[in-house]
Amino acid sequence: MNTTTVIATKFSSLKLPHLDATLFSNAMRLVALPVAGILAFLLLWSVTAQNIDTSLGKFPGPAAVMEQFNALYDEHQRSREKERAFYERQEKRNAERVAKDPNYQPKIRAYTGKETFLDQIITSLITVMSGFLLAVAIAIPLGIAIGLSQALNNAINPIIQIFKPVSPLAWLPLVTMVVSALYTSPDPLVAKSFLNSLITVTLCCLWPMVINTAVGVAGIDKDLVNVSKVLRLPALRHVQKIVLPASVPMIFTGMRLSLGVAWMVLIAAEMLAQNPGLGKFVWDEFQNGSSDSLARIMAAVLVIGLIGFLLDRGMLALQKLVSWDKAAN
Amino acid sequence: MSVLLDISHIDMEFPTPKGPFTALRDVDLKISQGEFVSLIGHSGCGKSTVLNVVAGLYQATRGGVILSGKEVTEPGPERAVVFQNHSLLPWLTAYENVELAVKQVFGKNKSKAEMREWIEHNLDLVHMSHAMHKRPDEISGGMKQRVGIARALAMQPQVLLMDEPFGALDALTRAHMQDSLMEIQAELNNTVIMITHDVDEAVLLSDRIVMMTNGPAATIGEILEVDLERPRHRLELADDPRYNQYRAKVLKFLHERHSKPDVPTKKSTPAKSDAVPAHAGADIKETVDNAA
Ligand SMILES: Nc1ncnc2c1ncn2[C@@H]1O[C@H](COP(=O)(O)OP(=O)(O)O)[C@@H](O)[C@H]1O
Ligand SMILES: [Mg+2]
Repeated sequence: MNTTTVIATKFSSLKLPHLDATLFSNAMRLVALPVAGILAFLLLWSVTAQNIDTSLGKFPGPAAVMEQFNALYDEHQRSREKERAFYERQEKRNAERVAKDPNYQPKIRAYTGKETFLDQIITSLITVMSGFLLAVAIAIPLGIAIGLSQALNNAINPIIQIFKPVSPLAWLPLVTMVVSALYTSPDPLVAKSFLNSLITVTLCCLWPMVINTAVGVAGIDKDLVNVSKVLRLPALRHVQKIVLPASVPMIFTGMRLSLGVAWMVLIAAEMLAQNPGLGKFVWDEFQNGSSDSLARIMAAVLVIGLIGFLLDRGMLALQKLVSWDKAAN
Repeated sequence: MSVLLDISHIDMEFPTPKGPFTALRDVDLKISQGEFVSLIGHSGCGKSTVLNVVAGLYQATRGGVILSGKEVTEPGPERAVVFQNHSLLPWLTAYENVELAVKQVFGKNKSKAEMREWIEHNLDLVHMSHAMHKRPDEISGGMKQRVGIARALAMQPQVLLMDEPFGALDALTRAHMQDSLMEIQAELNNTVIMITHDVDEAVLLSDRIVMMTNGPAATIGEILEVDLERPRHRLELADDPRYNQYRAKVLKFLHERHSKPDVPTKKSTPAKSDAVPAHAGADIKETVDNAA
């Protein structure tokens, strides 16, 4: 119970029935205060923005950014409209030619318009999830192995400690060169740029998961391990029945940290390598240098923040769903 | 009666940073089928160590343990352990906790329906049928301990090892649990070794009370045969002079003869084993603390 609740409860004895008082205090806590915080921030932002002059004009305030959100949405709609028109024309043309000449094999070309803001968001989301899932697939088994074996821990720990602090910007050139050298299919399944971003994300977000999983596994209650020993559970069953469930809370802590890292790393990698995604959008706008650019970048910043927040909430919801540890928050 | 379990002249040394620490010296005890033996002694004297050696969780430095003619070299379900703090898997219900044990022990010999019946039967023995689909965090401490006992009983062990099973319970719950345990033991004729530091509990439940000297190098100081007919009732025994004599004998031992005459008292004892950290490197721990 926090102070607000206490005060509200005291008031309730005077007028309101208890339930109403609790509802009121919850509404206060969950709605009114955050809204007040956001309003104060918007005010501070618009006042500060007016006083910052850049070579591209005044720093955009909330209104300018909102305007750009609309503009970006309109651009997206227009682009979809064009795409539909393009495919319609193509279909019609093909139909006409087939009508004239039944042996004609209709050609279908893909639409190649510029990616819209929404397209970039989706690209980034797909990339971050792919990179993250690849990291999960590597990190959790590795973390379990390290957590179970002191020898393996001693062997691998120095490597983890050295690679953990490496910035994505350092990995990127190496990843790019290696992917170019090794990934030379004439008809690639996925774009090289996608692979570059994905692998960079994986390399950076691997470590928090490995470390947390290892600590979770190594820290399992000794009594639970003894239960397993008394039952003579075979190794695989021991991992499945005891180790994995016992370390689920720590594994999820690692996964949440990693997903946060992954999202930050991805934006940086997209900017640096100009791989499709939100990072490229920011970079393009920066290079573009029009009077709207800063407002559009600011719009992207807000979206990046919002997505990062939603990803974290999503992980939390997943954790609550699968974890026996109800203390998660 | 023939000897079922022979704890034969065991010594236990623990390696510590300050050199080896002798916890047990020459502990020697023979236990018959169906016997209920209590280990009593001051905290830290080595009772859990004895139990862990019998369980196979520790290997004695010298001597050994023989169960039905076979030497004990590793833990196994024929020596089921009821741990001091219940040790239920928190993510499983009471039923599932017992099920894990039953599947492991009887998976090959019992059909699904038989296993189900056996699990329910054991939960019924400890009066936990009504809450068998609850998880440990949804039931009281006494109920958790009951499930722990049901899990151990369900393994049909040759010896049941209990480490202060009721130590964490309030007096009333503890009395209930003791009565249940006596009933179960009368019915199943289990062989039991129970650690306790409760004198009344020891006298009420045991056929023999094994009193241990203080460590280091703890050993068996005295063994008291409790010759009270069963079934025993706590209220009737309270007025029984024999009961009070047994009680007084144990108390006297604990107060007077608790230190070995030939070992100087108050030798520096190493840190408690519980404080030894899990093996993950300290630097890894630190990272997580920072990250959390
Ligand atoms: N794994 C271990 N490593 C080092 N010392 C231990 C270990 N286990 C127990 N000890 C020591 O052995 C002694 C007896 O411990 P224990 O058997 O737990 O006592 P009790 O159960 O009678 O309270 C204590 O001094 C304890 O510090
Ligand atoms: Mg103990």
